[in-house]
Amino acid sequence: MTEAAFAPSFNRAATKPRAVAGRKLRSSIGWAFCAFSFLLVAAPLIDIILLVLVRGFSALSVQLLTQVTQGVSGGLLNAIEGTVVLSIGALLFGVPIGVGAGIYLAEFGNGRFGQIVRFMADVLTGVPSIVLGYFSYVTMVNWLGWKFSVLAASITLAIMVLPYMAKMTELVLRQIPIPMREAAYALGAGDSKVVMRVLLPVALPGILTAILLSLAISVGETAPLIYTAGWSNYLWNGQVVHQPIGYLTYVIWSFINQPFASAHALAFAAALLVMMTVLAINLAARAILRVRGA
Amino acid sequence: MDSTSAGLARSAVKAKGRRGPTNPFRMALIGLAGVIPVVIAAVLLFLVVYAWPAIRFNGIDFLLTKTWDLGNLYADPVPRHGVLAPIGATYGCLVFVAGTLASSFLALLVAVPVSLGIAVFLAEGVKRQLRTPFAIVVELLAVVPSVVYGLWGIIVLVPIAAHIIAPVLAAVFPFIPFLAQAGGSGFGLLSSSLVLALMVIPVITITVFDALTRIPKEAKEAAYALGTTKFEMVFFTMLPMIRPAVIGAVILGLGRALGETMAVLMVSGGALNYMPTTLMSPISTMASFILSQLDSAEQDESGLAVQSLAEIAIVLFVITVVVNIVARLLVRKGASR
Repeated sequence: MTEAAFAPSFNRAATKPRAVAGRKLRSSIGWAFCAFSFLLVAAPLIDIILLVLVRGFSALSVQLLTQVTQGVSGGLLNAIEGTVVLSIGALLFGVPIGVGAGIYLAEFGNGRFGQIVRFMADVLTGVPSIVLGYFSYVTMVNWLGWKFSVLAASITLAIMVLPYMAKMTELVLRQIPIPMREAAYALGAGDSKVVMRVLLPVALPGILTAILLSLAISVGETAPLIYTAGWSNYLWNGQVVHQPIGYLTYVIWSFINQPFASAHALAFAAALLVMMTVLAINLAARAILRVRGA
Repeated sequence: MDSTSAGLARSAVKAKGRRGPTNPFRMALIGLAGVIPVVIAAVLLFLVVYAWPAIRFNGIDFLLTKTWDLGNLYADPVPRHGVLAPIGATYGCLVFVAGTLASSFLALLVAVPVSLGIAVFLAEGVKRQLRTPFAIVVELLAVVPSVVYGLWGIIVLVPIAAHIIAPVLAAVFPFIPFLAQAGGSGFGLLSSSLVLALMVIPVITITVFDALTRIPKEAKEAAYALGTTKFEMVFFTMLPMIRPAVIGAVILGLGRALGETMAVLMVSGGALNYMPTTLMSPISTMASFILSQLDSAEQDESGLAVQSLAEIAIVLFVITVVVNIVARLLVRKGASR
């Protein structure tokens, strides 16, 4: 470091050798704190990943992936299927609405309505997931009489990913230079053609990233599902209402509190599957962004 | 927003006569964008309509009462305050508000200095090549599902809290009642706060880091020219420059901590009718209580218990929305400077 080479400091007293030594010591302590802070969070992250990997892999087996849950033992096939179904359901609702909202915000959203939508999207990301879950419980599960169901759970998850989809789509579209739009208009294209044929193809990698991150959110979410999806030991029979469905995060939450070794094994196996999926999705999303940026 | 962000709206200005806002494509987009505000309004509206009998029954005492008692569910409900309620039923959310505020406050107490340390470390302390892998560590912390945090909390953190942190604190501070409870299961305020801290740290760190990297080089050079060490430059020049962003980031983290459900539910110990008195006290937060009590509340035929839970959800909704709005405004103000 070259700090010593710099000329007089805040005041004359601060440049006396003893004062300089004290300031350097304080700076070193400061940096040590910063580095220690980083270790303080890196250690738990590594511990979490190791715990899930070690305990999860020791519980993983072929029958775990091919059988359904029986009480607190058996397999996880029903939960795996349920997580896939619910996540796809969430994307089915969340992606078209989110992308549409994002297009509006990026292309026409500079007026007052756009400001309101943008602000509300921020607010919606801050609403606790349990509040959204309770809202769905009150409206869809009870009033509409859907009971615990795929539809209620998927719509709840879609509400959660909606603001992320909208914000990220807007961000990607705003990076596309204006002349591309002007060129398309000059060729006689209308609004819809410019968006569909020119802007969306360019923005596709970014939107794909947003979809992947939404998928990660859906796979890892628990609280809003407990009173919308319920739980089921059986495979899904294809009904979207009146039929509860299992999912992996429920297994983690509920089975770790059971006093049986088989239940704990299932919980850790489920945690492994969820963690691997979420981490893989995030790394994939990062890779897409890097390829695009290069 | 600056002029480069005008998008189609700017390009389309000249063509206004031909395709104005009545164009069906644009109407469809407005409809899709409108879903977001409609959802927010619907959440608040339907929760209030649903909880209305409970709001009438509980009155303002709801926020000041410690007792949550479903009453006698085997007798017929009798009218009270104009609402049919089970005999002896009392609904109060003071315990849960206290648990939420205490755990979030303690979490921030830990998370804020650590997050600032990490942000400074990433922005100025490490070589450029190391910055990305180190930043990935922080970002991964943000993507770990909360139920996995809860799992780790039960298996790893709770035993540490019960067998290491609590006895050490009790031995070092025997004269502070808040810290000096050596016993306990480990499920409680301390474990909840630590898990929350871990979940809040990436939120604060990423926001502060972004603000730090946006500071112009000239400001740093000016500080160096006064003869500061690098750390003094960061501490006396860079951090004060981004103060609104830091405050906003902290409040954003607070919003996250207030609404967190699963991880807290799994390590909090689930207190009922019991105010936290020490670091090892079991607690319930508003979010965790809604989730854990819905099953038993449904046993109440009069429906008042479930409606009172909806009232808690409204309180939580209002608190988090206000906190988030304040945070966003501060972060935006910090970014625009």
